[in-house]
Amino acid sequence: MQIKTVRLLRRISQVAFFSVFFWLILKTTFEASFTPNPQSEILLPSPVSIALQLDPLVGVATLLSTGGVFKGLLWCLVILIPTIFLGRFFCGWVCPMGSLNHWISEIPFKKTDRKVAARIESNRYKRYQRIKYYVLILFLGASLAGSLQIGLFDPLALLARSIGTVLLPVLHTGTLSLISWIKGYWVPPPLGTWAQAVYDNIETILFPFRQAHFNGILTLALFFILVLVLNRIFTRFWCRGICPLGALLGVFSRYSVFGLEKRTTNCDHCNLCLQHCQGADGPDVGSAWRRAECHLCLNCQAACPQGALTFKFYPNRAATEANPAPITGVNISRRMTITSLASGVALAPLIRSGTAFAVDADPGLIRPPGSVSEAEFLARCIRCGQCMRVCPNNALHPTMLEAGIEGLWSPILIAKIGYCEPSCTLCGQVCPTGAIAHLTRTQKMGDKETPANRIGTAFIDRGRCLPWAMATPCIVCEEWCPTSPKSVYLKEETVRNSRGESVTLKQPYIDPHLCTGCGACEFACPVADRAAIRVTSVGETRSSSNQFLLDRKPRSVSSRN
Amino acid sequence: MINRREFLKTTGQALALAGVSAGVGVLFHNRSTAEYAPIMLKTGDYRVPDDTQLPRLTLSHNEDAMVALNRSLDAIGGIRRFVNKGERVVIKPNLGWDRTPEQAANTSPILVGEMVRLCLVAGAAEVIVTDVTCNDPRRCFIRSGVRDAVEKAGGRVILPKEEDFVKTVIDGKMISTWPVLKHFLQTDKLINIPIIKQHSLLECTCSMKNWYGILGGPRHQLHQKIDQSIVDLAAFCRPTLTVVDATRVLLRNGPTGGSLDDVAKEDTVMCATDEVAADSRACEFLGLTGDHVGHIVLAEKTGLGKVDYRAAGYKEVA
Repeated sequence: MQIKTVRLLRRISQVAFFSVFFWLILKTTFEASFTPNPQSEILLPSPVSIALQLDPLVGVATLLSTGGVFKGLLWCLVILIPTIFLGRFFCGWVCPMGSLNHWISEIPFKKTDRKVAARIESNRYKRYQRIKYYVLILFLGASLAGSLQIGLFDPLALLARSIGTVLLPVLHTGTLSLISWIKGYWVPPPLGTWAQAVYDNIETILFPFRQAHFNGILTLALFFILVLVLNRIFTRFWCRGICPLGALLGVFSRYSVFGLEKRTTNCDHCNLCLQHCQGADGPDVGSAWRRAECHLCLNCQAACPQGALTFKFYPNRAATEANPAPITGVNISRRMTITSLASGVALAPLIRSGTAFAVDADPGLIRPPGSVSEAEFLARCIRCGQCMRVCPNNALHPTMLEAGIEGLWSPILIAKIGYCEPSCTLCGQVCPTGAIAHLTRTQKMGDKETPANRIGTAFIDRGRCLPWAMATPCIVCEEWCPTSPKSVYLKEETVRNSRGESVTLKQPYIDPHLCTGCGACEFACPVADRAAIRVTSVGETRSSSNQFLLDRKPRSVSSRN
Repeated sequence: MINRREFLKTTGQALALAGVSAGVGVLFHNRSTAEYAPIMLKTGDYRVPDDTQLPRLTLSHNEDAMVALNRSLDAIGGIRRFVNKGERVVIKPNLGWDRTPEQAANTSPILVGEMVRLCLVAGAAEVIVTDVTCNDPRRCFIRSGVRDAVEKAGGRVILPKEEDFVKTVIDGKMISTWPVLKHFLQTDKLINIPIIKQHSLLECTCSMKNWYGILGGPRHQLHQKIDQSIVDLAAFCRPTLTVVDATRVLLRNGPTGGSLDDVAKEDTVMCATDEVAADSRACEFLGLTGDHVGHIVLAEKTGLGKVDYRAAGYKEVA
């Protein structure tokens, strides 16, 4: 096969994998178009988290942090094992974040000689490329100590969360504003109608019925934008310098049997190979080719006018004077390796030693239903944002500091924005690492034998509650309470208002034996800014210590009414 | 020193910019402080002429909900009395919650589907079913089974979207203007299909309370003066026909329910042209009488119908 054909195949592969990844994120949503049996659980029609389960870094890191490979994560061997033989093909052919970095790096700029020269220079191997190995070792060290921080930098988790919680919501809002602007008085009427028609078509493909908007996405957005912009300074800076997944695959490519063979005799040092190199791995004659840095994009071979470069199985390793032997290993120092590992291992106890992790945890830290205990949660959550995206009520959001620095961008339920739908188990269905268990409907809602899954408990703020503080009737929290019997119960009282008139109304109370902490009451409370009934995490099923009642057996149905 | 050409050019540019600035300011100057939001002046009156020969409330008891619906509907004049050829019909079930039909928190899908079919048989050009639900509308329409039933019958389900609410003059004592879902305002006929449920503030929620479901905005505030706001809405929204779903009645833990222990199977369907009479009869399923239920009494006082449904014209059919 001609090398140009192979390069074309690579380009097709990049577009295809990126599209599939993007499509999977789009499909990570509750769709009105599927109609299951109303009796049964509402299931997602496709395994939308499969892309994240293919990620070997997630597999390795969660193996270290939890001692096991969770369900679908075994799929990551599909990437890891071929890497052992081929090298970092994933980075050049598959990784959607890598492809995005590739494309942004390659947006054409003016081809003046100086810029080409600068580019060639920047594509030579640089010492900063070692940083990614230290990042990897640091994060693996933290994983060993039980704190999974890998998700912050893992390219697939990074891209999934950036597309899902930043790009798509912002795109939706932007498009809507544009349409309403076009339909406004600036533009003649037919244009507005056309714009609406165009929007309606885009909407059915790209936007869900209800676009979720997320807490604190500015930090996520800035991080993502930074990663993208750096490509314009150094080609694929993220992939070369920071990406811990690339580093892991680099380590695993040590014994690969596929590589670059250089024929010194043909080379006239035009440096076209360097000009097009993605990995800064020394493809030119005269440099040592670095296997662990190469993305196997094959640009160098395709660019070489002399046919001096060829990728093949079992390449000839013989060195000549002009052509040093390829470097198979990873160029890192022992001292820095030990330092990174030790720092990583020390990281978890360091950030957990304060009061915030256990004793003084934020009472507002409500985790999704089915979440495992906090310590294990932090050993599993990769911050991919899939749970936030799939939640039909927009209830789940990235944390800022509610779960400490350690839990940055992990999911938190904000009941004021959306409550937890009792019959819904979608967040557990999409979680790729088992941080949120996939509950059955009975486990979620409970029945006469099984207690329902609790994510917290509601408390009434009598100083803000209309019937308690303001002699004004209101029963909205009770009306919305989804448990049967209702966890919010009412007691009729006659109170006096400011004019001295007596008013008969019903004041709400909570039965903590029935309350699941879903937050429907907080969501519906008419006191808009800070609800008069609020959910905190105490009583959550996942914790053995965050409790307050001695006896919490579910009450029998007949005991009231 | 500048030469004459430069002087004229610079001065001209400055004058042009000044002119444009002043022009834009004057053009967009807005003296009034009135709100920009469009206010739709429209009544929600979709009634057909009263017929003294016919009862205003009919009730049929049958294990087959479709039979019960058809018999009670025929007794009040049949579908052709209410729907004419080529009309657009909007059906308003109560689909507030993410619940299954057995839990009796939502209107029965059988009744909604059959009603869609009947309207189409009568020649309706389009039958739309929509509701401003409490829980997520996608889940409510799917789990209630109504989406399936409507689409099978040939009707169209429209889920409420934020941009589809129009600020509307309700002109009531409590509610002067409020955002209303536009589909309820842009139709020829409107059919209300509520379900009977216990409600801790109202005692009984049925036909008139169902109009909360046309509203957007902070509608939970309305509970503070619930009787008056329901009557305001009922005075604004006069449906062509009311079909009361009493196939299952939610006795406790309403309006959400959840447990089958809360549900009584009654196998009854009522049709009404008098909502007050319908609600008055409906609350008897919960062991109440209309003259003890605040909003029903207030509705009669306002002239919306009769609490004494027998006096209004009541007929039970087999």
